[in-house]
Amino acid sequence: MVTDDLWRSVTPQVIGALVRRYRDFDRAEEAAQEALLAAAAQWPEEGVPDDPKAWLIRVGSRRLIDGLRSDEARIRRELADATKVPVDDLVVPPAYAAGPADHDDTLTLLLLCCHPALAPAARIALTLRAVGGLTTAQIAHAFLVPEATMAQRISRAKQRIRESGAEFRMPPPDDVPERLREVLHVLYLVFTEGHTASSGDSLHRIDLTAEAIRLTRQAHALLPDDGEVAGLLALMLLTEARRPARTNEAGELVPLAEQDRSRWDTAYVREGVALVTDALTRTRLGPYQVQAAIAAVHDEAPTAAQTDWEQVLALYGLLEQLAPGPVVTLNRAVALAMVEGPVAGLAVLDDLEQDKRLARHHRLHAVRAHLLEMSGDAAGARDSYLLASRLTTSIPEQDHLRRKAEAL
Amino acid sequence: MKYLLMIWSNPQTWGHPIFLRTPEAAAMTDDERAGMLRDFEELMGEISESGELVTAQALADPLTARSVRVRDGESLVTDGPFVESKEQMAGYFVVDCATPERAEEIAGRFPDARFAVVEVRPLMGGSAEDL
Repeated sequence: MVTDDLWRSVTPQVIGALVRRYRDFDRAEEAAQEALLAAAAQWPEEGVPDDPKAWLIRVGSRRLIDGLRSDEARIRRELADATKVPVDDLVVPPAYAAGPADHDDTLTLLLLCCHPALAPAARIALTLRAVGGLTTAQIAHAFLVPEATMAQRISRAKQRIRESGAEFRMPPPDDVPERLREVLHVLYLVFTEGHTASSGDSLHRIDLTAEAIRLTRQAHALLPDDGEVAGLLALMLLTEARRPARTNEAGELVPLAEQDRSRWDTAYVREGVALVTDALTRTRLGPYQVQAAIAAVHDEAPTAAQTDWEQVLALYGLLEQLAPGPVVTLNRAVALAMVEGPVAGLAVLDDLEQDKRLARHHRLHAVRAHLLEMSGDAAGARDSYLLASRLTTSIPEQDHLRRKAEAL
Repeated sequence: MKYLLMIWSNPQTWGHPIFLRTPEAAAMTDDERAGMLRDFEELMGEISESGELVTAQALADPLTARSVRVRDGESLVTDGPFVESKEQMAGYFVVDCATPERAEEIAGRFPDARFAVVEVRPLMGGSAEDL
């Protein structure tokens, strides 16, 4: 019996094996897809082979070679390129590629799909396809674009990789940390896309948050000592833990302070807290670890009133040093207000007024409204809530902000 | 994030591409008009290839528009578009871009932006804008 999980986990391994052998990522990805289609057609009748992966690699290889043979001009070019390959590449793999071939192939594939030469949207599409094993249709559906558009993005992404000359092997050790950061950013984007889309959306969309967690777990298994990978996984788990409480029966958004904490996923909270605690004690500090630590402070508070806001504030201060940005500052303003009162928080917002991008963004006005409400300025809060509601493009968020305005 | 780009134009005659039917285009040389067309085709190629273009539609002459109102259960259909202005919607494009700046950049590259207006509107239901 071939489960959906088997298909999805075997995809990157087959692609990895084919790219290793034939050094052509584009063809390898296509050949792998063809092999999977062949399996889907043949296995129900002939039975699942004893070694499904080996079968897929064999069939994929044949398809790949057939593809090469059918295009003479390309063969000539491949041969010409092959003679240029340094002898080293043909003989011994680099030291850092040693280890279980499958595992390294997945990590190498992940790094390749998140190559800096690609635009973020392209990296996301390619990663979900080649490493996540999702179909083009599933990815298109998840991102609400036509399948043809998504197919175009994936095809263009593979072309860009070819043009950039990127190879299927681990980057030089000095480059790995930076390249890994790109991977984590892509996984983070997939998670936030899923997180935003999760309220009130259609049933059959692939759960992007689950996919992001799954891929990040894989990365963590491959790199158990990397603090930021652990931090990102912890952040995802601690955020996802709150999902059951994030919407009420009416499908309305429930903010953190008002959530029914008994509905939080305690297993995810435990796992997330353990991960971030471990990472913080052992490894070098990074932004995902700090964000996870903040989430852990919230998730460990039995009630909203018992939240250790001093710790949250200190952590945002730290985050501002590691990865400054307007969102971090906005969140720090909220934490500051909880510790020193709304006036202190509002002062931070005044500094942000200078940033033009923020003036048109709903977050600034939503936070201002919240702080004005705290300070007793109901009229000002109402105006800011209404402005925020007009600027946001999220329907559940819009409804929520309007309700806040109307309550004043 | 997804954006709707609307071309609002006031051409002398209706036809696509609209920007070639404007009085400003009429005053240009053949080379200048060919240059505009090239710019447009280059833009379309670029955003199709990048996967940013989600959909593109050219609209028929406003003369063919009908405006439907139902008042007190009675259907009233009038000829012509709702907005009675010189500029009419000539076409629309939905693009999926990384930033609002990119959406505006794309909008600015439509030749129509030189003599008419390209309106950029975010779609609802999109992902949170990354700051």
